[in-house]
Amino acid sequence: MKTEQPELVAVEDGVRVIPGANTIITSVDRIVNWGRSSSLWPMTFGLACCAIEMMAAGAAHLDLDRFGIIFRASPRQSDCMIVAGTVTMKMAPVVRKVYDQMPEPRYVIAMGSCACSGGIFKTYSTVQGVDEIVPVDVYIPGCPPRPEALIDGLLKLQQLIKKEEFTWSRWA
Amino acid sequence: MSGMAVQTLADRLKAAFPDAVRDVVIFRGQATVTVGKTSILDLLRFLKEEPECAFNHLADLCGLDRGPAHEPRFGVVYNLYSLTHRHRIRLCAEVPSDDCTIESAGALWEGAAWHERECYDMFGIVFVNHADLRRVLMPEDWTGHPLRKDYPVEGPAERWSGYEEVVRKAEAFRKHELRKR
Repeated sequence: MKTEQPELVAVEDGVRVIPGANTIITSVDRIVNWGRSSSLWPMTFGLACCAIEMMAAGAAHLDLDRFGIIFRASPRQSDCMIVAGTVTMKMAPVVRKVYDQMPEPRYVIAMGSCACSGGIFKTYSTVQGVDEIVPVDVYIPGCPPRPEALIDGLLKLQQLIKKEEFTWSRWA
Repeated sequence: MSGMAVQTLADRLKAAFPDAVRDVVIFRGQATVTVGKTSILDLLRFLKEEPECAFNHLADLCGLDRGPAHEPRFGVVYNLYSLTHRHRIRLCAEVPSDDCTIESAGALWEGAAWHERECYDMFGIVFVNHADLRRVLMPEDWTGHPLRKDYPVEGPAERWSGYEEVVRKAEAFRKHELRKR
């Protein structure tokens, strides 16, 4: 009896399917990164006026849900922290604590000039950039950035996640 | 409110406390009365309890720093409002820098407590007989009073110890991160 070797069809770079068999052949990296980037659950860390723009980005008109981005109120259920607003020195231990409570892998977006660099507040009480206390993946400038800029930042983060390798194991 | 009414108020105050009242300024229908700090509680009680004044609402209480070259350097400003007569008055109590204390107004208006805490936090003016005089905005172990004119805008060279600890922790935890950045 003659068996026919099934023809693998490449649907995109690194993803192939077996026609008629409901089967996808790809790497674990691709699967994991696809899952993570398609369901980013941000921890809302609204500290100032940037939080208003963040809420606007999540509301009906711009609707972050369509990217699989759903705001969570608990760091335990989040994988991304959006630091939206001015970080004061008194708030810094709290920001760090919330970051430490998030399960890994975790991502940080610094939203707005204040979170990026301290902004106009070069003063005694303001942290000069949240990257002094937590590692930042994406910086979004603006004062405050428009919701579209936040969405762009989140899409940039998705692209960043899609490029990752072996982040599904500590021992890889 | 007519300019006449505030003038009358200021005159009444001056007649009752001739030694304490140092200056009266009427500008655009608003009266600002500069007073000494020693009898401030009596003045405030007079303004609150005298039926014709009846200032039953402390609209605001804030600090004032004229700079190290000026004496009396500090001040505490009381903005009073009467809900009964719908008139206002502003009191400015002078506080010298070598005796940076003043009597608390908490016994007359309970709402004064938080304002006085803020004033203490920002200017270092100590309110005598205050029920709970702690910092309200800055961390409790902060040194210095940020709204004083001689306080550096970007803060003292040595940063707050609580913040230094967070920075130290952030650096120490970096090696445990799953993702290297």
